[in-house]
Amino acid sequence: MTQLNKKNTNWNILFLSWLVTSVSILGSLFFSHVMEFAPCVLCWYQRIFLFPLVIILAVGLFPFDKSVVKFALPLTVAGWLIAAYHNLLYVGLIPESIQPCSQGVSCTEEYIELFGFLSIPMLSIISFTTILTLLIILMRRTAK
Amino acid sequence: MKTHIIFGLTVIVLIIAFVVGSSYYKGKQAEKIGFLAQENAELFVRDYSQTLGSDDAKVFIIEFMDPACETCAAFSPFVKQLVATNHGKIKLVLRYAPFHQGADYFVKILEAAKKQGRYWETLDVMYKTQSYWASHHNPQPQKIWQFLPKAGVNIEQIRKDMNDPAIAKMIEQDLADAKILNVRKTPGLFVNGIPLQTFGSKQLLELVQSELRANYPNQ
Repeated sequence: MTQLNKKNTNWNILFLSWLVTSVSILGSLFFSHVMEFAPCVLCWYQRIFLFPLVIILAVGLFPFDKSVVKFALPLTVAGWLIAAYHNLLYVGLIPESIQPCSQGVSCTEEYIELFGFLSIPMLSIISFTTILTLLIILMRRTAK
Repeated sequence: MKTHIIFGLTVIVLIIAFVVGSSYYKGKQAEKIGFLAQENAELFVRDYSQTLGSDDAKVFIIEFMDPACETCAAFSPFVKQLVATNHGKIKLVLRYAPFHQGADYFVKILEAAKKQGRYWETLDVMYKTQSYWASHHNPQPQKIWQFLPKAGVNIEQIRKDMNDPAIAKMIEQDLADAKILNVRKTPGLFVNGIPLQTFGSKQLLELVQSELRANYPNQ
């Protein structure tokens, strides 16, 4: 019985990480397609790592397969690193001059500040951090 | 089995939330700009803006365009046709949104041609020869000069007039207005201040017809 509960919890954790991924993707699509904010280069790199996650995580849900972590974790880490870099750039801790996206949309262009402080790069790092945390928890639980 | 249902329901809820959110946001935006139109009609039509059609027209089509934009070139005959078929009721107002790199060069030529009364002829030549000079991979703005004589303009005069700082200022003003009106793509179309929600000739026709009905109820 406890074994079954444990299994259920693992499924729920994976489901939650899938849900966070889906909401993040829809959010980013809302910004670019509905509000028509042009995504900057760094945003595209983060999307490259975020978009496949929704498929990979969903495949791992049916039937539950703990090896999904092995495939999802590298993508999440890569996305997280780019999001972290983007935030440092955005708040000015890394000078503009060394950023790779001088053409097109600037990666420090300010589109929105939800509740006065939540910027788009910040939303991205929050999503990646949440997904990463959930996947690490899942990895720990299934490793035993 | 239960997990499948949870998953499926979540997918449906997410999609519905996205669609509803989108249409709610677009509705809000339209309301905002519609209101702006009454308050600040000059955002849409500046004194210097090039227009086509009768001064008595009550329906204004405002087009934010870019001479280097392929869709603008393809769409232009349709808009002109609309003005022609509804003679006296529609006025087309051209605004500049030269988003393509180096496109302001062509706006300057166009404005210089306007001084010679050859605006529409020059624009027509530009649109028709666009593929020669506006390649995305290899834009060659200088190539336009070989085609300009077809518009019947004095080339030397254009080379002089196009550097008028007033033209640069005009472009700046148009770009500033485009930003306020949330124009991020060309052609950016408005009919009497109402933005075209989704791009297409059918959508524009419907919007124009509804404005025609509203402004000319007895015809």
